This record gives sequence, structure tokens and C-alpha cells, in this order.
Amino acid sequence: MQVIDLRGISCPTNFVKAKLALEDLDDGTTARILLDDGEPVKNVPRSLKADGHKLLGLRQTDEGYYILELTKVEG
Amino acid sequence: MADEKQTKLDLNNLKAGGFIKERGKDLFTVRLRVPGGRMSVPRLKKIAEVAEKFGGEFVHLSVRQSIELININFKDFDAVVEALGEKNQKVASCGARVRVPVACGGCEYNPNGLVDTQKSALEVDEKLFGTPTGHHKFKVAFAGCPFDCPKSATNDIGFQGAIYPALDRDACISCGLCAKSCVPKAIVMGEDNKPVFSNDPCIWCGDCVKVCPTEAWSVRKKGYTVRIGGKWGRNPLVGTLFATFLPEDKAIDFTAAVLEWYKQKAEGFGRIRLGDTIIKEGPEALLEHLHNIFPQYTVAETIAPQVIATQIGK
Repeated sequence: MQVIDLRGISCPTNFVKAKLALEDLDDGTTARILLDDGEPVKNVPRSLKADGHKLLGLRQTDEGYYILELTKVEG
Repeated sequence: MADEKQTKLDLNNLKAGGFIKERGKDLFTVRLRVPGGRMSVPRLKKIAEVAEKFGGEFVHLSVRQSIELININFKDFDAVVEALGEKNQKVASCGARVRVPVACGGCEYNPNGLVDTQKSALEVDEKLFGTPTGHHKFKVAFAGCPFDCPKSATNDIGFQGAIYPALDRDACISCGLCAKSCVPKAIVMGEDNKPVFSNDPCIWCGDCVKVCPTEAWSVRKKGYTVRIGGKWGRNPLVGTLFATFLPEDKAIDFTAAVLEWYKQKAEGFGRIRLGDTIIKEGPEALLEHLHNIFPQYTVAETIAPQVIATQIGK
């Protein structure tokens, strides 16, 4: 499972890093993206969805950060 | 005695205002008409050219999105108007007339924008700009969403973009972001881990729709929240609610209807703004007038424009 840890990275750098990391993955790969609560989790998931990737789930961990699961879709 | 050329001036150019006398002898500020603050690059280049040729060392960006040419000699009015006309740049208004509408960027490129404020501003400008009110200035503003950067309720008539959300429960992945983002708490997560919506606290901001990663929340309807009677200056008033979810294509007719009422009802009160007219006549009078023309969008009841007490404490 590809894990892309974007905790501690503010917007829009986190989105740009996610984009770039996903570019390196094969079409159809599932990835887990770790995001901080607040602006990052409010912005990054839908921006990645707008880029064409398939969002599978989004849940908050006990520690407070979020895990976004998605499948990379080649744009 | 040398031959003196008679100063020729086309006084028609001065009809709608926009030429404002400065302190210096024979000098005027020329306020340009820039509805919604949208300035194409060719027009901007032409303005710079004209400013360089006829104006002072700088132009001024006014608080209502205009570009003002400074230190224009009145003898150059015709030449300035003609040169600007080459790129369709017109002069704005001042005085007791409908002013150039102000608008934020709207939904074109700003992901927060809910409605096309630029389109509304251009339409209202085209149809109603410069209309004499007979009493005082008349200011119009369009805001794309409840962030309301243009401060719409401080205008005689202010339009604020709004959306009413709808939920597709099957598309919902129970991430809880909508409930988390909802500031007035109109959305809370239910026991089945799906969102529960309450109509009363909802302020139609659309944050739920914007944040939803799967488009489970979508726009059921959208339009303008309309507030009337605002003004600033020495005795500020904030406009109050008169219509909700007014379709964007009805903004012109709605504004025209408010103008009609203002022209009539302010008769005999001298130099009075719309807000003070509403306070004098009672908001029900305007409400009834609007309800007769726009029954589906006019609210059932409202309050008079509210005084903003900026002098307390001095």
C-alpha cells in the first residue's frame, strides 16, 4: 500500500505534493494519503477528486489526522 | 489682443456625471466605468495611454473598483472621452444616479463563488447605469457567496450568492467533513453515520457541497439573497432581508422595481437615501410592492434597515 504522508504540510503545498506523488504511481494503484485536520482535509480530497482520481474512503484516526484512500486514475 | 480660441466642449459627455472637480484650477478627476472591477488588458493599456497623455503622474484605484484619471484639464474632456472610446472605455457616474455595480470575481475562477456575479454586474450596468433617481445616489453590489467580500448589505441593494444543498445518501462515504465544515451546525452526523440536515440554521453558504469528496452533497437550487437599504458615510445603515433565492436572471428587474419604489416614495423628503426612505415608510411598504411583482422570492416579513452605531463612545 502506497502511503503518502502529508501531515505537517500546509495548503496548497500538500495538494501539489500529492499530485506529484500520484503521478509516479501506476494507473489503478490504491494509495493512502495522510492529512492533517483543518484546511488540509477540507481541500485536498476534493482537489484530488477533481483531478480525476477515485476516492474510496476518508476517516479520522484517534490521533486526529485523516486517512484518505483513493485509486489513482491516469489523467 | 491675441486671438483666443473658444473652448469647445460637448456637454453631452458630462450628462451622466463622472467628472469631479478637483482643487486645482480647471482640473477634474475622471471616474471610469468598470462594472464588477473587470478590466481587460487592451482597455487597461488604453487607459494608461490616455492617463500618460492627459493626466497626472498616477491614476487612482477607487474603493468601488473604478480607475480614476487625475488632474484632467476640462479642455481635454472631449479628447479623453474619444480616446477612451476607442477601446470602449466609458466614464462612470456620480451624483443622484445609479452608480456602477460592484462585484467580486464570482464563480468563474474562484472555487468559493456560487453564482456568476460578473454577469449580473454587467447586465445591471448595461440596463440601469446612470439612471437619475431624483433623490440621491443608488449603489448596487454583487457577492458570489456569504463570505461577501463586496459587503453587499452596505449598498442600497446588495445581492449575495446562495445555494440550498441536497444529499444523495448512497454516494455518501460517511467521512463527516460536511458536519465538520458546517459553521452554523445545520449538518450533524446521525446515528447511522450519515449527515442529518436542519433547515433553520443553514446560511446557504455551500461549504458542505464544496467539501464533500464524493459529491453526495449537491446544489438543489441557487440564487441571490437580497438585502436592501444599506449605506455608509456619516449615518451608516445595514440593509435587511427582502428576498431569497432570487434567480440570477431576475436581478435587473428586481433592482428596477426597487428603484421605481424609491423614486416615488422619496418624493418630498429631499436628498434622502433608500434606507432612510424605508425607515420612514416602514419596510412593509417596500415588501408589499416587491411581493406583488416577485411573490415566489420576496420574504414574508422583514425589519427596517438597521442603524450601525459608529458614534457611541466619543
